Amino acid sequence: MSVDILISSLYVFVLAAFLGYQIISRVPPLLHTPLMAATNAISGISLVGSLVTAGAEHSTLSTILGVIAVIAATINVVGGFTITERMLKMFQDKLPSDSKDKKEEKNS
Amino acid sequence: MESKYFIEVAYIIASTLFIFGLKGLSHPKSARNGMNLAAMGMLVAVVGTLLHHEIVSYVWIIVGLLVGSLIGSVMALKVSMNALPQRQAISLAFGALAATLVGVAEYMRGGAELGSFKMTALGFEVLFGSITIAGSLIAFAKLQELIRGTPLTFKGQNIFNIALFTFTIGIFISLIFSPGNEIMFYVMIGLAFLFGLLLVLPIGAADMPVVMSLMNSYAGLASAATGFALKNNVLIIAGTLDGFSGFILSILMCKAMNRSMTNVLFGAFGGAAEEQQAIEGVQREVTVDDVAVQLAYARQVVIVPGYGLATAQAQHTVRELAETLEHRGVIVKYAIHPVAGRMPGHMNVLLAEANVPYSSLYELEQINPEMGATDVSVVIGANDVVNPDARDNPKSPIAGMPIIEVDKSKQVIVLKRGKGRGFSGIENPLFFKPNTGMLYGDAKASLSKLVQAVQQA
Repeated sequence: MSVDILISSLYVFVLAAFLGYQIISRVPPLLHTPLMAATNAISGISLVGSLVTAGAEHSTLSTILGVIAVIAATINVVGGFTITERMLKMFQDKLPSDSKDKKEEKNS
Repeated sequence: MESKYFIEVAYIIASTLFIFGLKGLSHPKSARNGMNLAAMGMLVAVVGTLLHHEIVSYVWIIVGLLVGSLIGSVMALKVSMNALPQRQAISLAFGALAATLVGVAEYMRGGAELGSFKMTALGFEVLFGSITIAGSLIAFAKLQELIRGTPLTFKGQNIFNIALFTFTIGIFISLIFSPGNEIMFYVMIGLAFLFGLLLVLPIGAADMPVVMSLMNSYAGLASAATGFALKNNVLIIAGTLDGFSGFILSILMCKAMNRSMTNVLFGAFGGAAEEQQAIEGVQREVTVDDVAVQLAYARQVVIVPGYGLATAQAQHTVRELAETLEHRGVIVKYAIHPVAGRMPGHMNVLLAEANVPYSSLYELEQINPEMGATDVSVVIGANDVVNPDARDNPKSPIAGMPIIEVDKSKQVIVLKRGKGRGFSGIENPLFFKPNTGMLYGDAKASLSKLVQAVQQA
């Protein structure tokens, strides 16, 4: 049983690695900082592990560890997505004033 | 039992949304939509997990989620764009902390009963986790200037580190065969933490882009290992995506400095600076008015920002200067070196914050062919990335590093705080060239003086 799980987990890992390589290499250097913040937020998915640990009530200590883990992972998830959005909002193609100028030129 | 299938479906949806989300980052126009998808994926995964049959109490979960969301959003909304690398470092530490704690809790539950497969996964989880916590905290302390940015080294450090690493791995292997040995498990975590500290302490501030990428990679791998331990595919997928993203970025950063990963990690860069010969010659100091005239009557100006731009918080003033010049008909371009700043892409975000359109940001390979046709290059708080020694002097510590060839433009203006050598401690012959003018002082103050002077020119 354990071997089956190992093999299927390895499949997922290897395929995710190839996929990751393909997707990430296409991200332009322009967006490398948002990329880091975003992948960091996504890897906050360890939150789902923390949730089970915090809610399972195996022992007081494991609940405490779980709650701290939930807090830490949530900081990552919420903070990561929020700051990525803040950054991406700032990237713009042309200056707002430029596009206005162009429109005016077209109109005149 | 039905909840199990529901959870698995939620995880598949979440994984798909993560992948689409990251795919969106291939272009600034699709990036925001992509991130919304990824955030939705996270929500689906969390809601699905709440149905897990092992969860019996929700009180602490809700408390944790609320506290975490509050801290996370306050941090993300308050932090200035100049302090992004610090935020990223501390955030990596939090992510790794979560993974490590889950690993510890799982170990406490399983103890001697753990199978060798699960023990191996847990071992990787806590090893990557604690190395990342320690390394990211040191990186944070260096970036925040709580400790000195210069490399900290002691004699025999590399040998000590290798011994420490080997010993830690030895404990790990012994644990796989006898998982019941609790003390050894905690000793292993402690040693991995120490290794993380010693790994990042000797790395200089200028190499932070590599460290940040590498820690990013480890944090992701810690999450992926958590997935192996908990038999949870969404954790494996998300963790692996993060791990590989960090890995690819660290390779890109190393390439941008023409150095190997081993050299960055174990080279203690900057320590060799004393052996260098001082360059003979004088640095020509120029005044704001001279520079303003040169800029005002130039045809093309290239601005090269470095970390000094971030520390002086001068990105808005740079944009003002560029706009003033553009109104006079001067073509202004920004040249961004991959390792400028303290994390990958840092300069792009700063300039975007100042409303510089990304179409005027140029990468190294794009801008170098144009340097010969450039009248004035303005270097703001950058040093190594424009050091011609990297190209000309094979003995230079940064030999072979691709540079932005500002020395090929007709005039170079360097904005610099003082006459020192800068973070890496390497002499820069660019400052001594006859066509280079040095404008000393705070970058922001100099730039706003320049804006006024250009308007009057």
